[in-house]
Amino acid sequence: MADRPMLPELMRAHGVSRRGFLKYCASLTSALALPPALAPKIAYALENAARPSVIWLSFQECTGCTEAITRSHAPTIEDLIFNAISLDYHHTLQAASGHAAEAAREHAMKENYGNYLVIVDGSIPVDNPEYSCIAGISNLDMLKETAAGAAAIIAVGTCAAYGGIPHANPNPTGAVAVSEIITDKPIINIPGCPPIPIVMTSVIAQFLTLGLDSIEVDELGRPKAFFGETIHDRCYRRPFYDKGLFAETFDDEGAREGWCLYKLGCKGPTTKSVCATVKWNDGTSFPIQAGHPCLGCTEPDFWDNGGFYKPLSAPAGNYRQAGYAAIAAGAALGVAGGALARATKAKAVAAHEVVDAHDLEKKS
Amino acid sequence: MVKCDPEKEAALSAGMRSSGGLLSLRTLREHVPTGNAGPVLREIAAALARLVETGDPTTIDLGALPFSAGDEKALDAALGAGEVRATVEALGTSDVTETGIPGVWRIDHFDQAGETLSRFVEITYVPEILMTQRGDAADGLARLEADLAE
Repeated sequence: MADRPMLPELMRAHGVSRRGFLKYCASLTSALALPPALAPKIAYALENAARPSVIWLSFQECTGCTEAITRSHAPTIEDLIFNAISLDYHHTLQAASGHAAEAAREHAMKENYGNYLVIVDGSIPVDNPEYSCIAGISNLDMLKETAAGAAAIIAVGTCAAYGGIPHANPNPTGAVAVSEIITDKPIINIPGCPPIPIVMTSVIAQFLTLGLDSIEVDELGRPKAFFGETIHDRCYRRPFYDKGLFAETFDDEGAREGWCLYKLGCKGPTTKSVCATVKWNDGTSFPIQAGHPCLGCTEPDFWDNGGFYKPLSAPAGNYRQAGYAAIAAGAALGVAGGALARATKAKAVAAHEVVDAHDLEKKS
Repeated sequence: MVKCDPEKEAALSAGMRSSGGLLSLRTLREHVPTGNAGPVLREIAAALARLVETGDPTTIDLGALPFSAGDEKALDAALGAGEVRATVEALGTSDVTETGIPGVWRIDHFDQAGETLSRFVEITYVPEILMTQRGDAADGLARLEADLAE
């Protein structure tokens, strides 16, 4: 349960000095992309703030986001669970099951009503809510009930942020994003399929230490610290793009020399994320470095955005606009969400064209 | 929209195939300075002026801006080596070095596996991480008194 912070005591018990704690706070501040002057404030918050109750709801998802967050190295999920938050409900990580698990959620809600943080991964089916239930409660009902007493909601993963893969054409369950159902609570979106682990833990840590107001978000509800620039802006292959040097296939000379993957469908130019700088697996690499185009997974409707191996310049219908409209309008729940999905599907079929960058060049 | 000039592309490809061209592009990619060392040096100069005038320290996070190996080289060359080199062993190693410009320190934090956690330039008289923290001193006192009581 939410109680006093344990970080300094735990560190001392493990023989970690105050210098180690200062170093941890300095590195955490750097990872959060915050001004270094805030490091003492973070240290103070970690030492003095009570651990807030966190309820983690997993809906139509693949557990990839939870898998990813457990790989975060700075701060680690253990750091957060043991030191910064009281994770009162997470049906993949908690030991309790069945009635005991649901009782934990209800108890946490009652004890901390109005103050707990809700983290959601997965989309919510609204065409037929019974498509996805936990303990006999539909995702739609559980989200509404749990969100009612939340201080804020963090939607992790593209499914919770924008509908993601369940929302993809033809969207059989009528899947929608959290923001299309809950419109009266602050929602921070951390998209990605999955999101970069330390981006998830860093945003949670920033929320806990410096508060909601310290997190600046873009028009899609994403923290600007991590979604302010496109992957293309920071890509190490960018000089090749600027010189017009492109890999044409996955095994040609250009591919071997590490040239730009634009013609192979790279969505880096329109995808905002820190993949090219923070990277994955403790900063080891990222998809483009491994020779594969960016899929654009932090953007709405990435799954339907014209094909992973088609250049961005190929026409792809108006999925992107549909995604933005849904977010901007905070679209009404239920019927409206399903109607939007059906309309998008019809337009997709109508707009479908088989064309690539080479055809475009021939035409121009 | 990308426009490819076939002639230009062929010429560039030919250049890339020669070993000289290939090497220079690879070198370019890994070591080309972003041009950020210059502005950082001016920021350091302004912070040092502030330290001298008011005693206020400043910390610059080198992880917060595009800073390549080339930039690092340019920064090191401009600041030079100073009189103090210290190593802190707390949650991994931290290298704390005063540069050739007194009052300007480089602090590099590494984790237990030797991976870089964060890199800073601190403009201060003594970096806080070098100073003994009061809490640690109090713990040390308790341990010493317990030993003496035995």
